[in-house]
Amino acid sequence: MGHLEDSLDQCIKCNVCMTACPVAAVSPHFPGPKVVGPQAQRFRHADQPVPDASVDYCSGCRVCNEVCPAGVRIAELNARARAQLVAAQGQSLRNRIIARAGLVGRLSSGPHAPLLNMGLGLRPLRWVMEQVIQIHRDAPLPPASRHTFGHWFRQRGQRRGLRQVVYYHGCSTQYYEPWVGQAAVAVLEHNGFEVIVPDQDCCGLPLLSNGDFRSAERQHRYNVAQLIPYVRQGIPVVGTSTSCILTLKEEAPELLDLTSQEVADVAAHTYDIFEFLRTLAERNELKTDFRAISRTLPYHPPCQLRAHRIGLPALDVLSLIPGLRLVESQAACCGIAGTYGLKREKYALAMAVGAPLFQFVRESGSDLALCDSETCRWQISHATGVTTKHPIEILAAAYGL
Amino acid sequence: MQTISTDVLVIGGGATGSGALRDLAMRGIRAILVEKGDLTHGTTGRYHGLLHSGGRYVTKDPQSANECARENAILRRIMPHCIEDTSGFFVITPWDDPEYGDLFMANCRKTGVPVSELPLAEMRRREPALNPQIARAFEVADAAADSFLAAHTNVLAAREYGAQVLTYHTLIALLREGDQIVGAIVEDLRSGERKKIACAYVLNATGAWAGKVAALAGVKVTVLPGKGTLVAMNHRMVNTVINRCKLPSDGDIIVPVHSVAVIGTTDTFVPDPDFYGIEAEEVQFMLDEGEKLVPGFKQYRALRAWAGVRPLYKDQDVTNDRDLSRTYKLLDHAQRDGVEGMISLVGGKWTTYRLMAEDAVNVIAQRLGNTKPCRTAEETMPTPPFERRSVTIATEDGPTLHWLGKPLAAVEQTQAYNDLICECELVTRSRLQEAMASGASNIDDLRRMVRVGMGPCQGGWCVYRSSALLYEERSAKADPHTPFHIEYANAALLHFLQERWRGLIPVLWGDQLRQARLDELIFAGLLGIHRLRDHARQGGGLVTPE
Repeated sequence: MGHLEDSLDQCIKCNVCMTACPVAAVSPHFPGPKVVGPQAQRFRHADQPVPDASVDYCSGCRVCNEVCPAGVRIAELNARARAQLVAAQGQSLRNRIIARAGLVGRLSSGPHAPLLNMGLGLRPLRWVMEQVIQIHRDAPLPPASRHTFGHWFRQRGQRRGLRQVVYYHGCSTQYYEPWVGQAAVAVLEHNGFEVIVPDQDCCGLPLLSNGDFRSAERQHRYNVAQLIPYVRQGIPVVGTSTSCILTLKEEAPELLDLTSQEVADVAAHTYDIFEFLRTLAERNELKTDFRAISRTLPYHPPCQLRAHRIGLPALDVLSLIPGLRLVESQAACCGIAGTYGLKREKYALAMAVGAPLFQFVRESGSDLALCDSETCRWQISHATGVTTKHPIEILAAAYGL
Repeated sequence: MQTISTDVLVIGGGATGSGALRDLAMRGIRAILVEKGDLTHGTTGRYHGLLHSGGRYVTKDPQSANECARENAILRRIMPHCIEDTSGFFVITPWDDPEYGDLFMANCRKTGVPVSELPLAEMRRREPALNPQIARAFEVADAAADSFLAAHTNVLAAREYGAQVLTYHTLIALLREGDQIVGAIVEDLRSGERKKIACAYVLNATGAWAGKVAALAGVKVTVLPGKGTLVAMNHRMVNTVINRCKLPSDGDIIVPVHSVAVIGTTDTFVPDPDFYGIEAEEVQFMLDEGEKLVPGFKQYRALRAWAGVRPLYKDQDVTNDRDLSRTYKLLDHAQRDGVEGMISLVGGKWTTYRLMAEDAVNVIAQRLGNTKPCRTAEETMPTPPFERRSVTIATEDGPTLHWLGKPLAAVEQTQAYNDLICECELVTRSRLQEAMASGASNIDDLRRMVRVGMGPCQGGWCVYRSSALLYEERSAKADPHTPFHIEYANAALLHFLQERWRGLIPVLWGDQLRQARLDELIFAGLLGIHRLRDHARQGGGLVTPE
């Protein structure tokens, strides 16, 4: 007992997940979490073909897990079934590309990034991409950065502090949004921390959600090997990419059945950055020398943050800033779910899933929205035209950093 | 009273009776089968669903072992859609005598039961949930069988050869003229109408009820009804039949069959095969034994418990009922009791039903002057219309057996997710309609045909849907003079819920208790089921005893 598959026993067929699932609500292709999760699982066999390709329409947003009153690990059952499908049938070229966020980022960022970004802005090129590799022509692809976050950090060097903390930046900060990492470093250093940025690979989440468990395991093992020396010294690991952090904490060990002490130790000492900052605040160790920001901003807590089951730490910490008011979206999901909404056959579905959120952001009248997850930020900006930032950027601004 | 003439009257619609009916019909002998309930209503529908390799009997009952081994190969060929090739392990746990392993292998070889020792690493790879302390493992040709489908398959084949079947017909009397049985009086439970069946021969294939039937002919047959309690677990923690490698005893086998895993069984003498309960200790004992094979077994969700009554024939004094032979006995009452025209078939097991039928029909055919040979081992049987036929899995050449994912593959193929009446067992509207057209007399019959209501929710979500569908189908087809009233469907609903409830009571803890509470909220809280009794009555061709 204790395996994910065993959690199917807890399903009482109550349909709560069926009514909450944002994908089933808008798509005839997805029969719903109960149906492809605990219900279908009884008919799957490790040594037989997975009978239902429909499970691939699960976006992995984990809203089902969040609402399930019985504790069934629905999203994980689906992820495993997809992995079994992929193991048997192979992976499409498109999924092989988009699941390798680290590789794509490495190839995209650099001196040629402006040229590449311009190319990705050209309709005919996007049309060709859609035809050839099945990435939807309108899907939000982030512009790559000329300089990586790592490059910036090495240039300025590690600065000494009273206490140490490891920063896990993930691929988006490294290759697309280095300013998020810069804000994080600034906030941590302002609070007296010495920030360490060890070598790191992609967390493996895009691989996990595209069913390539074997490659994901390689990346996770690499990251654990990089992080464990610090964890053993009692140095915590924090990250701004909440989905990467969730992967290190929980998703990778569980889905891949990794039970070593190293994996468990890294998982136990890794925190979402606002989770970490909130703990500091609770101990009165967080500096509160904030400038007032008299604004009301829409805030979307992404699915992957809610999956941490830590409440809404960004909301808690930012509430310390005088004048700032955040309005929570209450929307289930933005639809993108990492790489899901990029796919040609799923783009429209992802946009439909996010519609209530987009309406909320538009109706706020604000020209700025906040969200902890990068792909969600790109999706919100793409759908609404409203600039979307990581909450750490606001916190850095409030500190005057 | 209507009189029907035939050559042979077969009493009992279990595996043996339906197998014999087919054999008779294939030899051109006119035959009618009567069954007081639905097909497989007795023991056939209440066993664990094991197609024996013979391994369980190699030491104590070599003849049975050999019969099982031979029949196992035949049944895979003639009814592949009823069998899932799970394979079977015999494992030596720390609670078993390690010496028995070598004896087991030797006895398998002696009795013709194919066996091979399995490296433990291979055993763990194939069944990671098994107890890591298992010392040795042997692989045999066990498989999982659908005994409901098999009986329907035999009956369908028999009908194609001209046989008749009367279900829900109870035996009132056997007609005896001097020392000759000449027929029977049966009563149609749906209408109360009595019929006379005149025949040259009666085949008593009623298993644990054989003594009761024989008594109607004034003949004494002692069958010890041995109650075997079984518990179905919500999902398959193993995909292989797992046996303890020791002399057969209680709670020593787990059979993965369809979407569940069944652990069995006990063996307790009960005075009457129609009245017995399931004791809490029996269920507890079985779960404890399961724990020895699969650590954590007790944590899995138990779906329901039920019992079947084994037909063990006693013609000598045996102290332990488990020592009674599992092989069958053909009782020729002409030789044994001086009563002509009747044979009783007792003992035996599902796996050997065809062989038992062959032996019995050989005797009857000879008496009737029919010299055609038995062909039941050669001809592949047709698949009943309510069974899914289209979804196959790539296998090496040979018959396409049932596979676990087949029901899901069928739903996926037709994208019938929104048309599921029973969600747990993936039963679509059209399959239920087929089953209704095939003559189901209540929802419990539908369950035996298509597994509606057999899953984790035990009918919570499908019973009211099935009842509505039953009403729609029956009322649409009813002739205007005898309309099908809603009260009949209501009675079917109540009857089925009651049947499910009986099996739930022994396992009401944990997840299943939570489920029962939700089901109760649906039926009692939301739908006001307590008021339905006033709007329910039997009729319309349905049999729904209170």
